Amino acid sequence: MTTLNADIAERETAELGMWVFLATEVMLFGGLFTAYTVYRAIYPVGFAEGSRLLDLTLGTVNTVVLIVSSGTMALAVSAARLGQRRLVRVVLVATALLGLVFLAIKALEYQHHLAEGLVPGLAWHYSAARANEVQLFMLAYFAMTGLHAIHLTIAVGLVLFATWFRTRLEILALYWHFVDVIWIFLLPLLYLFGLQA
Amino acid sequence: MSTLTLASRRHYLNVDFAIRSWLLTTDHKRIAILYALSITFMFVFGGFAASAMRLELLQPDGDLVDPQTYNKLFTTHGVIMVWFFLIPSIPSVLGNFLVPLMIGARDVAFPRLNLLSWYIYVVGALFTIWVLVDGGVDTGWTFYTPFSTSASTTNVVATALGVFIVGFSSILTGLNFIVTIHRMRAPGLTWFRLPLFLWSLYATSVIMLLATPVLAITLLLVAAERVLRVGFFDPALGGDPLLFQNLFWFYSHPAVYIMILPGMGVTSELIAAFARKPVFGYRYVAVASVAIAVLGFLVWGHHMFVSGASAHAALMFSVLSYLVAIPSAIKVFNWTATLFRGAIEFHTPLLYALGFIGLFTIGGLTGLFLASLAVDVDVHGTYFVVAHFHYIMVGGMVMAYMGGLHYWWPKITGRLYDEMWARVAAVTIFLGFNLTFFPQYILGYLGMPRRYHSYPEEFQILNVLSTAGASILAVGYVLPLVYLLASLRWGRVAGPNPWDARGLEWETSSPPARDNFLAQPVVSGPPYDYPER
Repeated sequence: MTTLNADIAERETAELGMWVFLATEVMLFGGLFTAYTVYRAIYPVGFAEGSRLLDLTLGTVNTVVLIVSSGTMALAVSAARLGQRRLVRVVLVATALLGLVFLAIKALEYQHHLAEGLVPGLAWHYSAARANEVQLFMLAYFAMTGLHAIHLTIAVGLVLFATWFRTRLEILALYWHFVDVIWIFLLPLLYLFGLQA
Repeated sequence: MSTLTLASRRHYLNVDFAIRSWLLTTDHKRIAILYALSITFMFVFGGFAASAMRLELLQPDGDLVDPQTYNKLFTTHGVIMVWFFLIPSIPSVLGNFLVPLMIGARDVAFPRLNLLSWYIYVVGALFTIWVLVDGGVDTGWTFYTPFSTSASTTNVVATALGVFIVGFSSILTGLNFIVTIHRMRAPGLTWFRLPLFLWSLYATSVIMLLATPVLAITLLLVAAERVLRVGFFDPALGGDPLLFQNLFWFYSHPAVYIMILPGMGVTSELIAAFARKPVFGYRYVAVASVAIAVLGFLVWGHHMFVSGASAHAALMFSVLSYLVAIPSAIKVFNWTATLFRGAIEFHTPLLYALGFIGLFTIGGLTGLFLASLAVDVDVHGTYFVVAHFHYIMVGGMVMAYMGGLHYWWPKITGRLYDEMWARVAAVTIFLGFNLTFFPQYILGYLGMPRRYHSYPEEFQILNVLSTAGASILAVGYVLPLVYLLASLRWGRVAGPNPWDARGLEWETSSPPARDNFLAQPVVSGPPYDYPER
């Protein structure tokens, strides 16, 4: 009985640790969101122009991929509570695969930008009246999606680790959902914004 | 005889002597000592840069080092002292040692993360030293754009990465403290029974967690802009260099409170122990720490009064900056009230605490000068500012660190230092400090700008005084290195509670056993329950 209580206490401690860590993560992204907000307020037209250069279809597909992955992650947590070890492993592998699919599509998008000369500093061939403002938008786009992709890469690695080694899945799931939620904010700010403006 | 008893008992220091047992330790007490050694090394390194600057400023002509080298010296001094000494000082050394002891726990919540934080610190420190020695950087510790992104030809990217790395070590420390204080308090140890040191460390940890990542991302953006030659802060694109200042100070002003709140916590402990009274208005002092942490996030704009801030923004930031004075003053008045009619014993730690109160008050009040719009326009970028923040950071934080180190030294090592030499050092540091930095208030008021390696001749007398003070200060800092180290071998054995102080850390042996307490302590009363008088 006492060992069970100690285990619960330990899990709650680890959970609190993850929540506190996520607060730090929010502030890390917060710096970028602030910079985005400032420039979008100054250059609304240029930012909308930049937003329309992105591939909304791929962005939407990726959103679906990530939301499904959050579902499989939640399944893994439930399966672990029920003690179904094999199911846990299956859905964890599925979660990691979905994460990899997202990253592959993201890489494809980056490759398109490179081909179209939309990458500031490396390949920039966009010339229109508001080229500078669009360049600021693309900087924001690469910084925000890039930082998100780094986080997702780490998350995929952790999920793969969890398929083979005992891990506290609740804590891992918190992190995975956090990475998803960041994307839920990125989609409207980067892809959808151009539609209405 | 007494040496024999110390050696015959098992404690955290003699449990294992192998190097491995130190480098792979997860014992919060040993990690505290690893941190203490590391930050002392960095303090000496940063101190040498300061000494070189003071030597240059002995003469009005810039004849000792060229302007570029001088720029690199003050950058080195700032980067090292802020990120590699002041920020980790009290939290990572005294905090690491004391948080579990003060709450009656075995260790922190995440001991392995705690060790990881030290390794991250060491990697960041070695990397930064290498960069600063091999080429250096000349932007000042503030990395202002667009100078840092396009004009400077020095190692900006590498230095920014060093600071980026060490940031994670303070994030991990803060995370550990918050979770530990929430989850691992002894039975009966409610929030309002916590020692004030823990309240201040908790507030500090919140700032570490919420402000440090903003600096991290900002420095990454600066580094990316230098590498790609295009970026967020580039005016050629319509980017705004002032955005950098906003983001930088959003971290760096709260960071000032990372550098003073732990000092306030230490001072509360010292005052109570050597006045032998409970801290007057305990709850107000506790909540004031939280208030300072919250308000600290809302005042960053006062660094930008002369960088084109709008009149409205400047007015708001000015008023908010005044507000920080309220919780700060609550602390100062309550410490004074605690001393009133106390049974005061002038042991070395109390000398430092009294020094802290006086110097922090001067530094804080001159901070109000700088928070007023008209005065700031006049003295911005002068030695007045330099004197102000050194009164807070050296007069405040370093004094408190020294006081805390002396107070808990017998707990950490099991031995007492030589009281006479310690008092001599405390007084030397106090005098040397004032002689170094008080003339800088006057210099700044007279208009001498900071960050120049030469100056008009009429400023020479005050500069000579300042350099003389710095020499005295250096002697004051070397003394403890000698007598504290000597105490390890020749010091009197302290026993569990040499000061007859209150607090869980004094209820276990000195040095404590690996697991701190033989039995789980239970708390049944308020902190600082000294006998009524």
